Amino acid sequence: MFTPVQVIFYIFAVVAICSGIAVITARHPVRSVLSLVMTFFAMAGIWMLLRAEFLSLILLLVYVGAVMTLFLFVVMMLNVVKETRHSGFVYYLPFGILIVLLMISLIIITVGSSYFWAIQMPIPLPEPAHYSNIQQLGEVLYTDYAYPFEIGGVILLVAIIAAIALTHRGPVRRKVQSVGDQVNIDPNDRVRLIKMPAEKRKK
Amino acid sequence: MPSLTEFLTIAAILFGLGIAGIILNRKNIIVLLMSLELILLAVNTNFIAFSYFLNNIIGQVFVFFVLTVAASEAAIGLAILVVLYRKRHTIEVESLDSLKG
Repeated sequence: MFTPVQVIFYIFAVVAICSGIAVITARHPVRSVLSLVMTFFAMAGIWMLLRAEFLSLILLLVYVGAVMTLFLFVVMMLNVVKETRHSGFVYYLPFGILIVLLMISLIIITVGSSYFWAIQMPIPLPEPAHYSNIQQLGEVLYTDYAYPFEIGGVILLVAIIAAIALTHRGPVRRKVQSVGDQVNIDPNDRVRLIKMPAEKRKK
Repeated sequence: MPSLTEFLTIAAILFGLGIAGIILNRKNIIVLLMSLELILLAVNTNFIAFSYFLNNIIGQVFVFFVLTVAASEAAIGLAILVVLYRKRHTIEVESLDSLKG
């Protein structure tokens, strides 16, 4: 019979697959983005079942909170709603379904067959009560993988600079005073002193 | 607790959906980028499932790095998309077939 964990797993799996299908078939790009958010939520639940609490929350915070918001902003900013006409969708549909069914069934047969040793892999024992996934991850990440961790930081910095440099337009008709020109000015260019004799006031 | 096979099956189905999105979608580059995210999600799920069943935390460390790189990839990809839209006023896949600047 089904245990509660299995029931939770199947609910999350069904939600993930249905919203995954909605991502690629939705006509409206905003709906597509929101379906992807739903997929991320469901997969975060499945990761939580696999005792990857930190990564599950990172998926929610970073992906749903930042990356998907970025997608939503771009979809709304580009005004692509009128562009989406889905032409060629029906034309490529049989080909796509064929390829995907072939690939999925290949992977499933491989993963589920008795030749694959993963099927005999026992389920690990439940962790003790004081087990902390974040502590375990941090102990490895800050010692053995400290150098790749810093490279990851540099990659993020490069991404920030690249994104700003690509989309920055520069000043357009901005009325700013140029301090360099102001300091470099010669007083003789500004004021001209003229010698002239004094004049009587006319009456 | 579901077995490893079920986790890998879910990941395989999501991976296939991502590939299907790339094949089927000929109009919108944004949906193409989202299919890419689906594929990365499936691969990360594989890593985490093996990490749990082999009782080895290194898989999760790798997923951490994959998430980092994927986030920066999405940011730069969207920036390129915005620049492309400013220049061409379209993001249809089929109308972007010329390599001449």
